[in-house]
Parts: sequence; structure tokens; C-alpha cells
Amino acid sequence: MTIDALLFQALNGLASASSLFLIGVGLSIIFGVSRIVNMAHGSLYMLGIYIAYSCATHIGGAFGFWGGIVISTLLVAAIGAMIEIVLLRRIYRAPELFQLLATFAVVLVVSDLTLWIWGNEDLLGPRAPGMTGAVEILGRRMPTYDIFMMFVGPAVLLVLYWLLARTRFGRLIRAATQDREMVGALGVDQARLFTLVFALGAGLAGLGGALQLPREPANLAIDLNLIGDAFVVVVVGGMGSITGAYLAALIIAEIKALCIALGAQTIFGVSFNFSRLTLVAEFLVMAVVLIVRPYGLMGRAQGLIRTLAIPEEPVRAADAMTKGLAGIVLAVLVVMPLASAYWPYATVLGIDMLIAALFATSLHFIKGPGGMHSFGHAAYFGLGAYGAGLAVKAGGLSTMPALLVVAPLAAFAGAALFGWFCVRLSGVYLAMLTLAFGQIVWSIVYQWETFTGGSNGVVGVWPQGLLADRSIYYWLVLALTVSGVMFLRTVIFAPFGLGLRAVRDNPLRAAAIGLDVRRIQWIAFILAGTVCGVAGGLYAFAKGSISPETIHVGRSIDGIVMVLLGGLQTVSGPVIGGPLFTLLQDTLIRQVSYWRAALGIVILIIVLVFPQGVVGSIAHWRQWLAERARRPA
Amino acid sequence: MSVLEVAGLAKSFGGVKAVDGVTFNVERGEFLALIGPNGAGKSTCFNMINGQLTPDAGDVRLDGRSIARLSPRQIWSAGVGRTFQIAATFASFTVIENVQMALLSHRGEVYRFVGGVGPRHREEAIALLDRVGMADQSYRSSRELAYGDVKRLELAIALANDPKLLLMDEPTAGMATKERNELIALVKRLVVEHGISVLFTEHSMDVVFTFADRIVVLARGRLIAEGDAASIRANKDVQAVYLGTGKVFERKGAARPSGAQAP
Ligand SMILES: Nc1ncnc2c1ncn2[C@@H]1O[C@H](COP(=O)(O)OP(=O)(O)OP(=O)(O)O)[C@@H](O)[C@H]1O
Ligand SMILES: [Mg+2]
Repeated sequence: MTIDALLFQALNGLASASSLFLIGVGLSIIFGVSRIVNMAHGSLYMLGIYIAYSCATHIGGAFGFWGGIVISTLLVAAIGAMIEIVLLRRIYRAPELFQLLATFAVVLVVSDLTLWIWGNEDLLGPRAPGMTGAVEILGRRMPTYDIFMMFVGPAVLLVLYWLLARTRFGRLIRAATQDREMVGALGVDQARLFTLVFALGAGLAGLGGALQLPREPANLAIDLNLIGDAFVVVVVGGMGSITGAYLAALIIAEIKALCIALGAQTIFGVSFNFSRLTLVAEFLVMAVVLIVRPYGLMGRAQGLIRTLAIPEEPVRAADAMTKGLAGIVLAVLVVMPLASAYWPYATVLGIDMLIAALFATSLHFIKGPGGMHSFGHAAYFGLGAYGAGLAVKAGGLSTMPALLVVAPLAAFAGAALFGWFCVRLSGVYLAMLTLAFGQIVWSIVYQWETFTGGSNGVVGVWPQGLLADRSIYYWLVLALTVSGVMFLRTVIFAPFGLGLRAVRDNPLRAAAIGLDVRRIQWIAFILAGTVCGVAGGLYAFAKGSISPETIHVGRSIDGIVMVLLGGLQTVSGPVIGGPLFTLLQDTLIRQVSYWRAALGIVILIIVLVFPQGVVGSIAHWRQWLAERARRPA
Repeated sequence: MSVLEVAGLAKSFGGVKAVDGVTFNVERGEFLALIGPNGAGKSTCFNMINGQLTPDAGDVRLDGRSIARLSPRQIWSAGVGRTFQIAATFASFTVIENVQMALLSHRGEVYRFVGGVGPRHREEAIALLDRVGMADQSYRSSRELAYGDVKRLELAIALANDPKLLLMDEPTAGMATKERNELIALVKRLVVEHGISVLFTEHSMDVVFTFADRIVVLARGRLIAEGDAASIRANKDVQAVYLGTGKVFERKGAARPSGAQAP
């Protein structure tokens, strides 16, 4: 490697930094003012690319391309404003988690809308008119468009800087970022400010997407793949700081460029290909920054975000009626495989639903009683699945030890490592870090082809011996799910569970009576991860193959929806929510071609109409009826 | 001998010297009031004594051993109980569970993963609740309690580890006069009967002058007077601070949950 090569890559890094900056900065501005983490930011960016594609191909020529960028920016800004007016305005006062979910529902709806309009083929746009050539720099050729991109980031940064410093709108944004309540006090029309801020943030995403058209094809995976990048930029830079966002983008892009420039190197006799690190690099940067500077490079400690969530009711042991009901359900579950004579699909679906119950229960454990909102729970599911699958394929183990030892052990190791970092943060920052770790696991699995099979995954992981029989495997799943659920339930009611809930309710008070807040949260994290690993192992053998899809953010979010569907504040919620979600998804996938949009709408209904979840709503109802009965008419 | 020795304690936030070289002692079995106008630095002192904040300078010694850089957890194990200015309990627990939690922690039984909490230390918890007059509400959910009752529950929690020193930041804020006097009389009894030393802050001068053994006065982070009720009442500096003749001591009223009562 020469100095020239290194410099050349560093220049390339500047171009990438501009892209990254445009991905993150809008999200940062939106968060700063509204305190909403907009999961749909990647979707807005994706729309930007698609709209720019349509302009460039339908209108054509220089006007179609350059004008298309302007049109995309404005159109996506308008869409952002619409999302704010129709949806977000209703949930500013809702708990954080609901806001995240609502915006995720938008992701699903936009995803299907895009599929409906543009189809599912990757669409490669034309090259930028007037910038199709390349320039020779340091003996290498650099595309003119990349050089143009280098300047776009700093230019946008300057414009935003001017906007914030010199205009009334900008001053309001800064004031709101520092103290949201103050803006209300100033007598500003908050609703309009928020709408405009959303339009600005969305427009920036649209611009970022449109500018990317000559460099990557428009495709439907952009939305979710981008959330990770966007979060990293915002969190590393500090939420709400635009300069921070550029700095973060620059650091990440340059580190990636350095990895590429280093390429394969031999250190102490071990050869290592640094370019492999590119996918993981940004998440490593984020993990390091969050640990050293928990509020990001340029961020300030968040003022206490006042949520109006009502404190939870005390958890009570199940009453006789609930226990009886559980007994009946269990009996039905045990005899379910007998139904497969009439409905062969019953066992298959049953296995999926049980695994979902275990997955959701393990996530609920840290979310509900633990109060830690994980957005990367799929990591432990994936570690369990890959652990079990590889133990069988590469390690030659048989089914049971792979399932009962390797799967939980792999997840345990991951949860212990990641959890140690995560419990040092709280709130949105903790959510982001869990997501980042989830993405790290995903990237490693995706890139380490020789071991994990890369995008093909591991195939032929079928249970052996007796377990090869579907019914018997079903009973094993049932037994392990029931044990796992009962175990976590027992822990919730045991002294440790009380301690965990104490730490969630009031960390200050908990520390003042001698509870080790971090240690308790860490142990909870590990317990949940380990149990989730078993669910992952069961999944591997149920499907016979594992792909990186198993670890995707999509699954982490499915888990959150399952937990909320059941109700966050009830111990038995996830046992219902997991299977119900699976059933819904299964039915939707088979009956509705646009099932994602349908699922998104279901989520929106939960968030807007049943914020307590199904089980929570039933409990609420029962209480209401009981109170009415007690009161004389 | 002194239970607690505070020596040259200091803490700044940004440029503001919230506590500026404060020195005082709490004797064994003493009921000591720390008073001062809003923003004087009382809560900040408490936060440094119980380990929630690390002092910029100075030392805190409990029974002669320095605790200034220990965590709240370690300081609690050393025998310091604490109540907060804005009462802190576990809102999702029943009243008795709040106390059971503290007892479990005191006995080192937090890391038990099986066996329900229900019967553990139940009698002892009820006895503690009885001491603060809350036994009859043991099984209520603590989020439904009246604020005065939350304060009493918090006291029961703080007593769970048999503390030798109790730090009470405005224990009676938000209480009616009658309730206020009852609670302070209760705490005073604890001091007399169990030999617990109590350091408390309080805005009602009636309460302070009637019950406190000794009074320490802070203003703008500095200790300006120390002594018994009579000498504090007679102290010119204190009068200046409290009667508003010395404008230097006036501060913009910080947001307070209670109606501050200046005599
Ligand atoms: N975390 C903090 N960050 C910045 N400033 C703080 C912080 N905590 C306290 N202060 C400042 O330190 C000073 C002392 O505050 P403190 O809460 O100790 O006063 P206090 O005597 O308890 O007042 P009050 O009677 O209102 O409770 C005040 O000026 C306050 O604004
Ligand atoms: Mg105070």
C-alpha cells in the first residue's frame, strides 16, 4: 500500500461522508425538535431515490436528472409533512416506544407502496448528465460525480448552518432543541413548527436519496438497511447537532476508507483482510463513542424527557381463573399434533407460534420488568440459531446438545458482551446501541462466508433421530417453550425480579437502598438473551436452514410488535402476543399480497387504539366491569 | 463522637458554586437541621453525602471512615438511609413490596431467582410500616397513595437497613401542618428511642425551632451560622437571609413541589 493509495481512499471517504451526512442529518434535526426517533427516515430516503429515478427516466436529459433531484426533495418533504400531520401529531405525548412503533408502521406501509408503484426489480438510474467522466488524481481515476459529492455535504452543512443561525425558523429550531417546553411558552405555533421541521428533515432524506441515484440502484431493501447508518450518524454526532452529524459521517467514512486502503495485511504472521471490517466499522465507532461520550460527540445530556406514562400496576400472581385458562390452553396444545391428520399445517404453524411465544417472552422480560427497550433482540435469536446450526453442520454434534447447550451458550456470550455496554446507557440511546449490536452480528454473519455461509446461510439443519418426526419435534418445542416461559415468569416474581422492577421504576431510589443497578440490568439482559438463544435454536431445526434474515432488524421489530400486541405491562402478554402476531403474519402473507402494509396498519391500530395491548385491554376491561358491579346502580 | 463529619465540601455546576467549602458534624443521636433558602445547596450536600454526586473537594467521614468517593450503594451498606426531596418510591409496587425490597437488599438476598417475594420478611416489613403508621395500607398499590403517605413510606424504606444516620431532604414537603408535626415528632422519637442520628432539611421554621437539637444554616453554598434554636433566631446574618433585608441572598424561587414557608 502506498501513501497515494491511502490519500486516494481518503478522498473517496469525503464523498461517502457527504452521503452519510445527508442520511443522518434530517433524522437528527427531527429528533432534536420533536424527540421522535423517526424509524421511517430510511423509507423517505428510499422514496427519494425512486422518485428521482422516475424523473430521470420519464422526463429524461439533464433537466430530468437535476430537476428530478429538486422534485424528489420537495415531494419527500411534502410526504414528511403529511406523515407528521396525519400520524405523529397524535402521539407526541405517548411513551417513546409507541412513537418508534408508529414510525415503523410507516416503514411497512411505504415499503409496500413503493413495491406497488415501482415493482420489485432493482432500478439503476442514468449517470449524471455533465458528470459522466472521471478525473485523474494521484494516478487513479475518480468519477467526476464523486468529486461533486465531496462538496455536497459541506455545502448542505453551510446552508443548514445559515438557516439555523440567521432565520427565525432556525432560531425556533434551536430553541426547541434545547428546551421543548420553552417554545410552547414563547407562544409559537408548535404544531406548525413541528410540521415544518418534519418537512425539512424529510426533504433532506429525499435529497440524499435522489443524489445517490447514479451510485446505487433503487431497491426495496434500502429503507431498513439505511436505518442503521442513519442512527449511527445521529448517535455518534449527538442527537440534534448538525455539525456533529457531519463530523460523525466524516469519521465513519474515513475509517471505512482506511479499512479498504489497508486491504489484506499480515500482522504477526496472521493475514487479515481489513476491507471486511467496513460493515462493522461504523457500529464499532458508535459503540466506542457511546461509551466514552454517552451523548455523542457534539450532543448534550438530554434534559429529562417527561413521559406521561402512567406508572404500572403491581404485578400480581395469576388468579384461579387465569390459571384454569392456562391449563386448558396447555392441554389443547399438547394434543394439537393429533389434528394434523385433518390439517397437516397445524403442527408447522404450532411450532412457529410456540417459538414466537418464547422469543417474545424473553424480549418482554427486559422490556417490561427491565424497562430496557431493546431494538436488537434478533441478535440473540440469531446467535442461538447459528450456534445450533453450525454445531450440527460444522461441529458434528447431534440435535439435543446443539439445542440445549450450544444455542443458549452462543446467545449467552453475545448477551454478556453486548449487555455490558448497553446497561451503561438508557432510553433512546440504549435502544440505538442494541440496534447497533444487532447490526454488528448481522454484518459478521453476512460477511464471514467461509464459516456462516454468508447470504446463503446454513442449510440442511434438520433434527435427527426421533426428533425427525414433526409431532415429536413439536412436543419438544412445547416443552422447552413452557419451561422457558415459566422460568422467566418465576424470576419476575422472585427477589431478583422485584429488584429488576425496582431499578426500572426508580434507579435513584434503587441505588439508595443498595441495589447494584447495572449489575441487575446486566444479569437480566443475559437471562433474556440466553432464553432467546434457545428459541433461535428451536427455529433453526424447525426450518432446516438459517439465513442472515434470522438476525435482521425486521425480526427485532417483529418482537417488539409481539410484546406490544400482548401488552407491555402484563406478565402473560407476550405468551399471547407472540403467537397472535405469528398467526396474523402467516394469514396476511398468504391472503394479502401487500401484507406489510396490512401489518403496518395493524400496528397503527394498536398504537392509536389499544395502547395497552390485547391482554392489557382485557385486564383493564375486567377491572372496569368489576368496579361497575361493585358500585350500586 | 461524631457520626458524620463533613469537611470543606464543595461542588460546582458549570460556573455555579452550589456548595462552597461546607464543614459541619452530626453527633451521635442528634437531630440536626440543615436550613437555608431555595438554591442554598442543601440537596447538593445531601447528594454528596449519600454518594450520588462526587464532591469537587472536601471529605465526608462516617464514623471516622471516608465515604466521599463511594457509590450510593456502598454508602447505604455502611449504614446511611436517605429520603429524597421529591419522594422516591417504587411506583409499580405495593406498599409492602417497597419495604420488602429494601429488606431483601439489606439481607443480601436480591440475587435469588426462584421463590416468590410474598412471604419474605413480611412481618418485619409490616413492623416497619407500623412504625411510620402505614401498616393498614400495606397491600395498597403505592402509586395510589396520597403524597404525605408516600413520604412516610419512603421513611419506612430508609429505615430498613437499621441506619445509624438518616438523611431526610424535606421530609414534610407537601404535607399539611398537622401531618407535618406528626411526622417530625415520629422521626424525633426514632432519634430518641433508637439512637439514630438524623440530618434533615426543612422549610418550616416552626418545625425546625421546635424539634431540632441543633441547626446549620446554608446560603448560596456557604455555611453562615450554626447553633441551637435561640442562637440561630438571634443571628443577624440568618435574619438577613430569611427576612429578605439582605437582597444578596434572594434568589429566583426555584421550582418546588411544596409551598415554601418563610416564617
Ligand atoms: N444537577 C445540577 N446541575 C446544575 N445545577 C444544579 C444541579 N443541581 C443543583 N444545581 C444548582 O445548585 C444550586 C443549589 O441547588 P440545591 O438543589 O442543592 O439547593 P437546595 O438548597 O436544595 O434548594 P431547595 O430548597 O430549593 O431544595 C442551585 O443554584 C441549583 O440550581
Ligand atoms: Mg433541595
